Amino acid sequence: MWESFGFEFVNFYFIPGLVLGCIYALGAIGITLTFGILRFANFAHGEVMMTGAYVTWTIMAITGALFGWALHPLIAAIPSIFLMILVFFVVDRFFYKPFRKAPTIKVVMASFGMMLVIRSLVQILWGPNQITFVRGIAKPNGFIRELTGSLDMMILVPNKHFLIMAGTVVIVILLGYLLTSTRIGKAMRAVSDSPDLALVTGIDVEVVIRATWIVGGACAVAAGVFLAMDIQMLETTMGFRMLLPMFAAAILGGIGKPYGAVLGGLVIGLAEELSSYPWIGDSPLLSPGYKSGVAFSIMIVMLIVRPSGLFKGRTF
Amino acid sequence: MNTDTPTLELKDITAGYGESEILHGINLKVKPGEIVAIIGPNGAGKSTAIKAILGLLNITKGSVLLDGNDITDTPPDRVVTKGISYVPQTHNVFVNLSVQENLEMGAWTRTDGIPERLDEMFTLFPDLREKRRQAAGSLSGGQRQMVAMAKALMVDAKVLLLDEPTAGLSPKYRGEIFSTIQDINSSGVPILIVEQNAKQALGCANRGYVLVEGTNRYEGTGKELLDDREVARMFLGGGE
Repeated sequence: MWESFGFEFVNFYFIPGLVLGCIYALGAIGITLTFGILRFANFAHGEVMMTGAYVTWTIMAITGALFGWALHPLIAAIPSIFLMILVFFVVDRFFYKPFRKAPTIKVVMASFGMMLVIRSLVQILWGPNQITFVRGIAKPNGFIRELTGSLDMMILVPNKHFLIMAGTVVIVILLGYLLTSTRIGKAMRAVSDSPDLALVTGIDVEVVIRATWIVGGACAVAAGVFLAMDIQMLETTMGFRMLLPMFAAAILGGIGKPYGAVLGGLVIGLAEELSSYPWIGDSPLLSPGYKSGVAFSIMIVMLIVRPSGLFKGRTF
Repeated sequence: MNTDTPTLELKDITAGYGESEILHGINLKVKPGEIVAIIGPNGAGKSTAIKAILGLLNITKGSVLLDGNDITDTPPDRVVTKGISYVPQTHNVFVNLSVQENLEMGAWTRTDGIPERLDEMFTLFPDLREKRRQAAGSLSGGQRQMVAMAKALMVDAKVLLLDEPTAGLSPKYRGEIFSTIQDINSSGVPILIVEQNAKQALGCANRGYVLVEGTNRYEGTGKELLDDREVARMFLGGGE
C-alpha cells in the first residue's frame, strides 16, 4: 500500500501541499485581519511578503559579506519584520488613514496603488531579475527519513519544509494566544466584530489598527520568507502571485476569522497540489499549470454557496 | 460641585445626519441621581438625541454639557472616557466575544479595579456569571441586553444612556430590565432612557420628556406625564 500509493502521494503531493498551505495561511491571516478590522481588501499585502523576503535576503547577504557566514533566513527575518512593520505604519498614516471615513473602494484603490508603488521600488532597488535566495539541493531530513523508514512508511521532508511547517505552527499558536488572552487581541476581535460598538465602548480604534498592521505584517514577512525558502529564489512578482490564493483562503475561512484563514490556507494549498495527482489513470488530474485556477474556483464556489465562509465570517 | 448643576444637559440642540436636520432645538436635563425617560412617536428624534450626546451626529447649533463642562462634538471614543456610558438599541454586544470578554472590553478605558468591578457586575446580573465563558451571540435577547448594560457599567459612568433597552423583549425580561435599571440608579448612577414602552418607562422615571418631530412637546415628572390626558391619548395607547 505504502509502496504503491502512499509514498508518492504523501511525499510528492501531500507534504508540498501542506507547505504551500502554510504559506497561504500566514499570508491570509493578515488579509483577513485587515479586511475584518479596517474593512478593506489590501492589495498591497502580497508586496509586503515579497519585500520582506528581499530585505531578509539583503540582511543575509550583508552578514555573509561582513563575517563570511550568512544569517539563517529565519533569524534574518526578524529585523526584516520590524522594518516592514515600520513601512506598514508609514503607508497607513499617509495613504490609508486619509480614507478611513471615505467609501471603502477608495482605500482599496489606494492599496492597489501601493501594490504598484512597492513593487516598482523593489525593482528599482534590487533589479527586475530573479535572485537566488539560498543555494543547493534540499536534502530530506535524515532523522525523519530513518525514523519513518524503520516503520515502513518513509517520509522525505527537506529541512526547509520542516522549518516552514514548524514555524507556521509556532506562529499560529502565538496568534491564538494573542487573540484570546491579551487585552489588545480581544480588542482586535471586538473591532472586527463591530467597529461602531467598539467606538462607543471607548476602544481606541487607532491603537487596534496599529496592532493589526504589526500582526499582519509579521505574518506576511514570515510567509514571504517561507516562500523564498521553499522556491529558493526571489522575484518581484512572487507576492502578487500569492494574492489570489490568499484571498481565496481568507474568503474560504470567513472574512475576519484568523483561524478560518489558517484552515482556508491549508485547504487551498492542499487542493492546488492534490489537483495534479494522477487520481484517474497515470497522468495528472489537472495539469499543474491550472493550479491557480483551483484556488479561484474554490473562491467563486464559496462566494456563491456560502459567502460567510466556513467560520461564519463577515459578508459584504 | 454645585448640586444644582445637571449631570447632563442638552441646550437648544439642532443636529442631524449630514445635511438633513432631525433635531430642531432640543432642551433636556438629567440631574444627579435621576432617571429621565424620553418618549415619543417613531421618528421623533429620541435615539437621535442620544447620538447627539455621543458625538455621532453633526451638531449645527446648541451645546452638550457634562457636569457643566461643554463636551459638544467630542468624538465618541473620548465621550466614554469623560464618563458617559451608552447602550445602543441593537448590536450592543460583541457577538463573537464571550460574556466576560465583552465586560473586559467595556472596561477598556479603566486602568484599575477591573476584577472587582467584574465581580460586582456578576452580582448585579447573576445569570451572567454562569455564562461568562459563552459567546455573547449565543445568549437570548434579554441576556444580551444584560451583557450590554453590564459592559456599559464597567467604567465609572457619570451617566448611563439606554436606547430602547426593552425593545423586542418578552414581558418577563422587560420587567427584569426595568427593575435592574432602578437597582443601577439606586447605586447613584443617573440614567437617561429612550423607550417605546412609555408607560413602564415613565413608571420608573423621575422625570420624562415627550419629543415630537425633533422638538420638545411636553415635560414633567413621570407621574404628571402618565396622568396627562393628552400624553396618554398620543403615546400610551388610548386615553385610559
